[in-house]
Amino acid sequence: MTRSVLIALLLFAYGPFLTAEPSDVYDFDTRAEEQRFHDLISELRCPKCQNQNIADSNAPISKDMREEAYQMMSSGASNDEIVGALVDRFGEFVRYKPQVESRTLLLWATPVIAVVIGLLVVAGIVIRSRRDNQGDSGLSAEERERASRILDGDGSDRTS
Amino acid sequence: MKRLLLFIPVVLAVALGVVLFAGIGKDPNKLESALIGKPVPEFQLPDLHDEGRELNRELFRGQVSLLNVWGTWCPACRDEHDDLVWLAEEKGIRIVGLNYKDNRDDALVWLDRLGDPYQVSIYDPRGRLGFDLGVYGAPETYVIDAEGIVRHRHVGVVNEKVWEQDIEPLVKRYRENI
Repeated sequence: MTRSVLIALLLFAYGPFLTAEPSDVYDFDTRAEEQRFHDLISELRCPKCQNQNIADSNAPISKDMREEAYQMMSSGASNDEIVGALVDRFGEFVRYKPQVESRTLLLWATPVIAVVIGLLVVAGIVIRSRRDNQGDSGLSAEERERASRILDGDGSDRTS
Repeated sequence: MKRLLLFIPVVLAVALGVVLFAGIGKDPNKLESALIGKPVPEFQLPDLHDEGRELNRELFRGQVSLLNVWGTWCPACRDEHDDLVWLAEEKGIRIVGLNYKDNRDDALVWLDRLGDPYQVSIYDPRGRLGFDLGVYGAPETYVIDAEGIVRHRHVGVVNEKVWEQDIEPLVKRYRENI
């Protein structure tokens, strides 16, 4: 009972989002072209709503951008040309995948740097623990003798 | 040496704090225009007041102008309108209006009722020039120098404070360059 109520509530909660698809329809000659268009507009960011791509956004500016992408595509432009034309107008911001250049180098390199630092730390810990385990435990001969007496369990040394 | 290594987490935390702190107070909705330092895009659009008169980007040549993007559908444009009239009348600033995705009749009624701060009004019902400028929300105001180069974009309402802090220094600077 409670479960079905929960499910119904969830459905109600998500209902509005399911119908939020943009209503304009574009015609394509082939399925591949349509897929290409969809992939392209999914990678472009809406300058107005910021955390949506232009495929999902209902903002008028996103509609204009989809329209422009469609027009350019129909007249045979490549993906790079379309993205370039939009970047020229709205700035690098519209790319969800920024290009690798001097300004974005750190952005792209940070994951690699973090992994390398992590590996170095792990390697350091492993090497150090190996070295410590080999041979010398840092006890003097007298201490060693005492330790073995305790371990043997005659108990005579416990109190001292 | 070992003791120094113990400070690494503190140093990292402080560095992260500095980076995050630098982001506080920045409005993520304000984007740098991609056109800064570039000429106003080419356009062929009619005058709002005179259907038969074609305008193009040559109208920006010769003096520093503000290009104000507005529409009667935009509440914030109503908000800044009085300040634009003040700028045009009291400060003698040349403001070019870009009536964006709007209806001519509504726009003319608006200017008639509220006053017309624009020396030239471009009529762009389909938003072509707006799109080429990268307008993503009205009102937007651009500072354009006497060569027709875009120097600054302000997204949002222009009021006295924005004028004094952001726009006036630029207008002054580019006026001196003529």
